[in-house]
Amino acid sequence: MSETADRVKKIVVEHLGVEADKVTEDASFIDDLGADSLDIVELVMAFEEEFGVEIPDDAAEKITTVKDAITYIDEHKA
Amino acid sequence: MFDLSGMTALVTGASGGIGSAIARGLAAQGARLAVSGSNADKLEAFRATLDGDHVAVPANLSDASSVDGLVPAAVQALGGRLDILVNNAGVTRDNLAMRMKDEEWDTVIRVNLEAAFRLIRAAAKPMMKQRFGRVVSITSVVGQTGNPGQANYAASKAGLVGMSKALAQELASRNITVNCVAPGFIRSAMTDVLPDAQKSALLGRIPNGDLGTGEDIAAAIVYLASREAGYVTGQTLHVNGGMAMV
Repeated sequence: MSETADRVKKIVVEHLGVEADKVTEDASFIDDLGADSLDIVELVMAFEEEFGVEIPDDAAEKITTVKDAITYIDEHKA
Repeated sequence: MFDLSGMTALVTGASGGIGSAIARGLAAQGARLAVSGSNADKLEAFRATLDGDHVAVPANLSDASSVDGLVPAAVQALGGRLDILVNNAGVTRDNLAMRMKDEEWDTVIRVNLEAAFRLIRAAAKPMMKQRFGRVVSITSVVGQTGNPGQANYAASKAGLVGMSKALAQELASRNITVNCVAPGFIRSAMTDVLPDAQKSALLGRIPNGDLGTGEDIAAAIVYLASREAGYVTGQTLHVNGGMAMV
């Protein structure tokens, strides 16, 4: 597992209060991890802070799974 | 009760009549303030009259980029925390609708409504992280009752009420409350110069028989900003001596 993936999963576990083993790469934030739309906004803010990336709204809307987040961050982080 | 120690607050329009009373009220309960206003000299002079360690952060609320810079600047000046946002700044450009210029409409909506939205949007970020926030916007009795010559002002003030209800629902799960305070007629430089006949006609419509004061408004703000008011959200508290009961 990549370092990005580890850090993303840690944020998701902390923020959503879910079991770490539920946070698979295919897990959907809303359907599998019980996030609501405001949780998504907060997760995106947390990712931006953790990785120093800017995630614009149109990109944020496409991030629905853990893997989506990892991929976006890997492609855009400095 | 209503102790605001350890809390920080941003107050817009803080050097004006009601705004300065609000700032004094919050500071008296222990909050640390960032006071804002458009006139930097007047603002700094006001800040200097406050006891305690408060900061002045000037901004021009008719300019979107100035508005968007205000919350980040205030948060930084306050050491990274923002507990209370009071949207108090407001302008009037009264005119009969038939004569109202586009610019008069636009200015009032931009300063009174759009700037408030931009400030709440920006403040929600630190407040969501903190899992705590208190937003109070100053609306007006006129937003509820209307007033001839104030189509723009009444629309902006009614707009604040509806907007606050929507935001209250969006942010409630994060322990952020969003409320309004609606003053009636408040003693100010504006009401002081009214002719006696007009003043007595005005007072005749107020069951209490007197104009309100800035302190009456400040007390309502202090309550809604307090930890104790955490279960009150999406509400408008009318402070008007009984002139309108809604």
